[in-house]
Amino acid sequence: MKAAADLFARLDDPTGPDAKIAALLGYFQTAPDGDKLWTVALLSGRTPKRIVTANQLRAWAIACAGLKDWLFEDSYRVVGDLSETIALVLPPPSRHENHSLTHWIKTIKRLSRMDEETRKSAILNIWDGMPAAERFWFIKLLTGGLRAGTSESLLIRALAQLTGQDEPAITYRLNGTWSPDTTTWHNLIEASDPQLALSHPYPFQPSQQVENIADLGNPAEWQATHAWGGARCQFILRGGSHALWSQDGALITDQVPELAPLRDFLPDGTVIEGALRAFAGDAPLGADAVHARITRKKITKAMRAETQLVLIANDLLEHDGSDLRQSTLDIRHKHLKNHLTSTPDQLPLRLSSAVEFASWSDLETQRQTARTAGADGLLLRHRDSPYLASKTMRWIWNAPPLTVDAVLIYAQAGPQSRANLFTEFTFAVWNGQTLTPFTRTSTGLTDADLAELSTWVRKNTQSKFGPVRQVTPTHVFEIAFDDIHASPRHKSGVALRFPRVLRWHKDKPVTEANTLDDLKDMRATYG
Amino acid sequence: MADVLTFTKRGIYCAAGDFYIDPSKPVERALVTHGHSDHARSGMTRYLATRSAKPVIQHRLGPNAVIDTIAFGETRQIGDATVSFHPAGHVPGSAQIRVSVKGEVWVASGDYKTVDDGLSEPFEPVPCHAFITECTFGLPIFNWTPKDILARQINDWWATNKAAGRFSVLGAYALGKAQRLLTTVNPDIGPILTHGAIEATNIVLRNQGITLPQTIPVTPELNVHDHPGALILATPGAMAQPWGAQFGPDVSTAFASGWMALRGQRRRRAMDRGFVVSDHADWAGLNTAIRETGATKVFATHGYTGSFRRWLAEQGYDAQIVATDDPADA
Ligand SMILES: [Zn+2]
Ligand SMILES: [Zn+2]
Repeated sequence: MKAAADLFARLDDPTGPDAKIAALLGYFQTAPDGDKLWTVALLSGRTPKRIVTANQLRAWAIACAGLKDWLFEDSYRVVGDLSETIALVLPPPSRHENHSLTHWIKTIKRLSRMDEETRKSAILNIWDGMPAAERFWFIKLLTGGLRAGTSESLLIRALAQLTGQDEPAITYRLNGTWSPDTTTWHNLIEASDPQLALSHPYPFQPSQQVENIADLGNPAEWQATHAWGGARCQFILRGGSHALWSQDGALITDQVPELAPLRDFLPDGTVIEGALRAFAGDAPLGADAVHARITRKKITKAMRAETQLVLIANDLLEHDGSDLRQSTLDIRHKHLKNHLTSTPDQLPLRLSSAVEFASWSDLETQRQTARTAGADGLLLRHRDSPYLASKTMRWIWNAPPLTVDAVLIYAQAGPQSRANLFTEFTFAVWNGQTLTPFTRTSTGLTDADLAELSTWVRKNTQSKFGPVRQVTPTHVFEIAFDDIHASPRHKSGVALRFPRVLRWHKDKPVTEANTLDDLKDMRATYG
Repeated sequence: MADVLTFTKRGIYCAAGDFYIDPSKPVERALVTHGHSDHARSGMTRYLATRSAKPVIQHRLGPNAVIDTIAFGETRQIGDATVSFHPAGHVPGSAQIRVSVKGEVWVASGDYKTVDDGLSEPFEPVPCHAFITECTFGLPIFNWTPKDILARQINDWWATNKAAGRFSVLGAYALGKAQRLLTTVNPDIGPILTHGAIEATNIVLRNQGITLPQTIPVTPELNVHDHPGALILATPGAMAQPWGAQFGPDVSTAFASGWMALRGQRRRRAMDRGFVVSDHADWAGLNTAIRETGATKVFATHGYTGSFRRWLAEQGYDAQIVATDDPADA
């Protein structure tokens, strides 16, 4: 297990993605197939069932190391992680048995069928053959706590490099309910799979932010639709089955079961590009509701009852099995419209309707009110442009952000590297005579602002809670954000998307800050 | 019987000989265990240290410091006290100080480690009635990596970086740790560059006959890119400063310290790697060392004193805490 433990440690080190991918490649080039398969399973969240609790292991370790309970507790307080403390306090191993990862996972499965006494002596015996670095990961395996979190996307990149396949192919292969007991390394990663090519998405057309709208030229040459904040995605229907890909490369077919019925109404060989929007009945929800759904592993009935996802179609990339990307937007849009008018209205598929305008100033008016429609702004595409052009033909014109004036009430010290600065700030609005916190950010503040504020915070601290300081309400900031929605988890009852500081109102008295009622009005209008 | 040593604001004091051990404030007569700055401070009228500890102490305190020397094992009468210095295994020249007054023997350990690093005079247990022990790593979570495994870890890291065309920047304290790393790594892998503070200590130690592999000091004139794939030994402070930037973005960083045993500390350091290497005793080392002195009275200082004292008391020792407010080197 040495090689696997080394790999997990390298993935756990605070290094950049390149070093982690290099570690993965090094491992995959040398490990046996069985271990590679299990490593892929573990790193994609397919951990074996937990067979002991961390507390049982803790008791066994204390007895084995001849420690006292209080001394273990003192140690745990210093270490901060139970599995790690257990791994560290155990006496040095008397031998080193370097078995494969697969061997240990099989052993763990066998242990699950033993009674507790036998299991205990077996585990103590295993520990005695492992150095602390391996024990730590072995304990994580035993307790079902081996999660590598963010490394799944790195895993996909590494496997793509290793096998010469592209990332969507690997993503597709790792998707679903397989386990190392039901497949092999070859079948999962290497074997040819006809469905693989069929599920493939096209590269997404890149977009750019509009800075000066007049630069786009003649308004008549451009088509405008609303730009939706939810996930941009491609719906692919080929060979009788469908796949849904998000722009960041995730396969989210199973996360959006609402779209499965589209198979029965759209012709085979259809690829639609669009954005997902979330609704609760007829009421639109924010982009965060979309995100919450598509990042879940399993979708329950309750989640589907709570939010329904709808695909807002923007573009048609494949029509009757032929690639449409070289056709102009007008042609693609015509075909898309035909599809949508021939499908029943109750399907969770809608056309992103065109925003009509005669001049740029006309469109500017529409941009100002885009947020009332639940959009982030406007999407502009050249009518004659192919899907992938040599220069940008897809522009996002953001609606002005929503803003409130808020009072700074808490400041939090930065990480060790910036320990002399306060780098996180909590802002509040008036709720009667009291200030209710509603957001925390530091985005938008310059280094000079941070330095000035930090000096001020130090002199105006009322009380301290750990790294957080409560300050005398003095400064008013204009806070901008893209979206606001109800959130029972927050004291204010609202949560913001992408809050940032727009400006520091040095001359504004705190009494002129906005109120919680103002925020609630915004939520009712834009949320 | 009166205590041989007492604990004062100025440091450990011996009334019978009117001297201090590793005092923290200026005094007449200071017996100094080793050259680390939390033990050998400036401002004392006279110092006494081992012969092999003197050069570094002189280097650090300046030419005006008056330093008498003593050989390991040699006894010297100071007032009514008999003192001798015994290897502590911490850094070259480091000593435990044995003080005997009317047959009552106390030993102040200074900093120590029980494993032989091949560089420092190896630790020797000194029988005594009372033992003043450091406990920087006085919790059972600290168990040092065996020497051969450590060497392999560091060499593998360096060789891999070199093969990928990267510098390997390794952070370590200038006295002791840096030289121990120098004698641990395989110098055949590539060139070894050193930060000025480390090189200065290297020169002092080489002059007293200690063999170290060849090193190239990083000076303003040196173009570091003439030494691709080099291992660079840096002080922890230098790594964080602009000094560290001259190696460009293509570096792998690592830190060598006992604290690197803890995953949280490794992550907080935000280095690519952490190597578990310490010049202090680990849990087993502390327990063995204390047992081998035969002392019944033990004073815990420098470290997890609360937990360690309680543990010793439960093992049957008359155990007490010595309060200090000095940060220890690790
Ligand atoms: Zn020291
Ligand atoms: Zn020290």
